[in-house]
Amino acid sequence: MSSAQHKVEGMGSSHSGTGHFWHERVTAVALIPLSLWFLYVMLGLAGTSEVTALQFLAHPWNALLMGAFVSFSLYHAYLGLQVVIDDYIHTAGTKIFLLLFCLLSVIAVGVVSLFALVRIAAL
Amino acid sequence: MADIPQKSMAASRPLSPHLTIYRWPFTMATSITHRATGIGLTVGAVVLAWWLVCISNGPDGWQSFHAVSDTPIGLLIVFGLTWSLVYHFLNGIRHLAWDLGYGFPKQTAERNSVIIFALSIIGAVAIFALAWTGHGGYLQ
Repeated sequence: MSSAQHKVEGMGSSHSGTGHFWHERVTAVALIPLSLWFLYVMLGLAGTSEVTALQFLAHPWNALLMGAFVSFSLYHAYLGLQVVIDDYIHTAGTKIFLLLFCLLSVIAVGVVSLFALVRIAAL
Repeated sequence: MADIPQKSMAASRPLSPHLTIYRWPFTMATSITHRATGIGLTVGAVVLAWWLVCISNGPDGWQSFHAVSDTPIGLLIVFGLTWSLVYHFLNGIRHLAWDLGYGFPKQTAERNSVIIFALSIIGAVAIFALAWTGHGGYLQ
């Protein structure tokens, strides 16, 4: 039933092929070093003052790494939440509502986090 | 999706035993915990955003964050998030190994499940122990 072009593209009925699966794995691999760095930072800032945290996050490399950790985490989180919703929610309306809610939420959290990082750098 | 034509017929049919009937193998527990910690870590991302906003607000912001995070419930949440991150990290690496085709034999999967549970608890407790014994704060 599928056209020759459809077969060559290999995107299947969802039109996205293995895109979701692949993005989840790529973000997971990126998050291995970023998570280790994040834990190192959290422990390193434990019990210090806000001046230490400010100075640390104001450094361009640290701001970039924190921004990358937040961005990859939120994208990975959305992909994961999408799977959970697809698996357990079977009503179309609820499913669409939850997917949109999760998508808009992760975008909002990401924008707020990145803006805070820019603000810290500018302080 | 919503409309299952055979629904009324399906309702009268006998059901196969559901989750509550089965013994919980370790592999099932690790799978469900991976999802639960993933959802927990999404909430953790919100806490991280709030922490960053508090820092960007200067000394008052720092105080307002610690007024919550230094309470027993706050510490419990931070510990829960720490354990969730360590667990999801370790089990996530196992998922990547599965994607490459490693670790599927039943006994290997069971053994790795126990190892990951144990290591995640040891890891989270170790991080808190280091912080409480003054081995944290090295970025000062």
